[in-house]
Amino acid sequence: MPGVVVKTDKLTKRFGDFIAVNEISFEVFKGEIFGFLGANGAGKTTAMRMLIGLSKPTSGSAVVAGFDVYKQTENIKRNIGYMSQKFSLYEDLTVLENISFYGGIYGLSDAEIRTKSDLLITELGLENQAKKLVASLPLGWKQKLSFLVALLHEPKIIFLDEPTGGVDPLTRRQFWDLIYAASDKGITIFVTTHYMDEAEYCNRISIMVDGKIEALDSPQNLKKKFNANSMNEVFYELARGAKRAE
Amino acid sequence: MKQFLAFVKKEFYHVLRDRRTLLILFGMPIAQILIFGFALTNEVKNEKILIVDNAKDISSRRIISEIEASKYFQIENPVSDPNQITRAFKRGIIRVALIFPAGFHNDLMHLHKAQIQIIADASDPNVATTLTNYISAIIQDYQLNINQTYQIPFQIIPEIRMLYNPELKGAPNFVPGVMALVLMLICVLMTAISIVKEKETGTMEILLVSPFKPVLVILAKAVPYLILSLINVVTILLLSIFVLKVPVRGSVLLLFAESTLFIITCLTLGIFISIKTNTQQVAMLVSLMGMLLPTVLFSGFMFPIENMPVALQAFSNLVPSKWFYIIVKSIMIKGVGFSVIWKETLALLGITLFLFFISIKSFKIRMA
Repeated sequence: MPGVVVKTDKLTKRFGDFIAVNEISFEVFKGEIFGFLGANGAGKTTAMRMLIGLSKPTSGSAVVAGFDVYKQTENIKRNIGYMSQKFSLYEDLTVLENISFYGGIYGLSDAEIRTKSDLLITELGLENQAKKLVASLPLGWKQKLSFLVALLHEPKIIFLDEPTGGVDPLTRRQFWDLIYAASDKGITIFVTTHYMDEAEYCNRISIMVDGKIEALDSPQNLKKKFNANSMNEVFYELARGAKRAE
Repeated sequence: MKQFLAFVKKEFYHVLRDRRTLLILFGMPIAQILIFGFALTNEVKNEKILIVDNAKDISSRRIISEIEASKYFQIENPVSDPNQITRAFKRGIIRVALIFPAGFHNDLMHLHKAQIQIIADASDPNVATTLTNYISAIIQDYQLNINQTYQIPFQIIPEIRMLYNPELKGAPNFVPGVMALVLMLICVLMTAISIVKEKETGTMEILLVSPFKPVLVILAKAVPYLILSLINVVTILLLSIFVLKVPVRGSVLLLFAESTLFIITCLTLGIFISIKTNTQQVAMLVSLMGMLLPTVLFSGFMFPIENMPVALQAFSNLVPSKWFYIIVKSIMIKGVGFSVIWKETLALLGITLFLFFISIKSFKIRMA
């Protein structure tokens, strides 16, 4: 039985009368690629913000990388990586400067930063661009770079919030190769996405509707259960029942 | 600490790579000092002067011819009616008038003492002071001249009247004003924008998810601007001393300490604005309208606070630049020490602590 990296129990977030996240309970295992799906306004971003320590839950419990989201957010922060839907590197810094900045705020030593940036740059084939400003790179490269930068401090789990927005299918495919490589190293991937083809790449997916998790299983099992040919159909089937609009 | 330094280093990259930021940062103070110093000069030349000579004797004529001979003044057609003087002032035809009383020479010879009246339009206090000083100097010259030939000294007592702004408060010097303006602009505007920029581009979220403490994020953003602003203080002082010949009479160390306090006030303001706003445009607008305008209007730098309605006078007490302006003016021009300006320093410190407190508070609310 693989280790549990994320475990929530009736995790809830209210904003006044509005229940953004309604008693969600799930587990994510080590090295797993966990897809976190839902229509806009279903509550997936709020749920994710609670897990990464940006938002305090109203009730319920959650443990991330072995630490409690109420009391041990500092420990959680040290053990997770995060990449938001907005591209998250500094455009006016070079590739190397970005790497050493993020390495620096995670407290890596100069020697560590040096070895890791060498590795990272070779992995991406960015040898000629290392000293160029990030602004000059194409979007696909920037996204790959920010994914690897988020892994710099060797987190147990990485949270990706719609990481591939706005890029072409080929670049998206390349991005997923990086995700598989990370997963093979035992890093857990927690990813939200709008693209149903990406949902198919996940080991297991959860689908949120109106603040609740309506389905949680592997893509194959979900398709079987809803008697559907693709994840698209499964998603429409579930999201159709939503009462909340964006 | 190492994390903090990595952050500060990154902030310096941001500042030093953006040409526009650099231009504002270092070009603006120099431009402002030079503009205020040379374009808006108080030097007078060929100033029209109205002379009312009720004496028409040898002494009054000699003084008038001295004035005529100087390159500073151009004598208007003489009038005798005092009402005409008032009218000429109101219409702005003249800014200075000189009145000899009847029997001027007689008084001087027999009483060894005579009076003379100088009236100046003090709505522009700098010009008024300059004009009356010039005239007083000419009169004094004459007095010295006649004293050489007689045993008992003669005394001409100029009675100076300042119209419209009798206390001459307002703008004895602009260097303290420019200093307040520049620091306000750089610290408030630049800090606010640089923090809001991180929010806009999404990097702020990444920083908040990292183990780097949010308070340190804010502090690290403020450090480069503190250093750059201190460099600006040095630039302004050097320009003021060597180009404008306005010396620092008081302690330079005290001036720097007070400047640091004011810079921290401004940084806190910038941080507060950045917490409350979400886009760079809004942050810029709030900084300019909410901070720069009050500095210009209520610091006493351009417009004398004494002449304002009481409500606005009370409001001016909330403007940090007012206190800083008084402090710098006192140290630079009057050359006083801390014992004279401790009240102003305390006011500034109070405002800073208050801003700091509400910034921290609203920052925590945002985090929840």
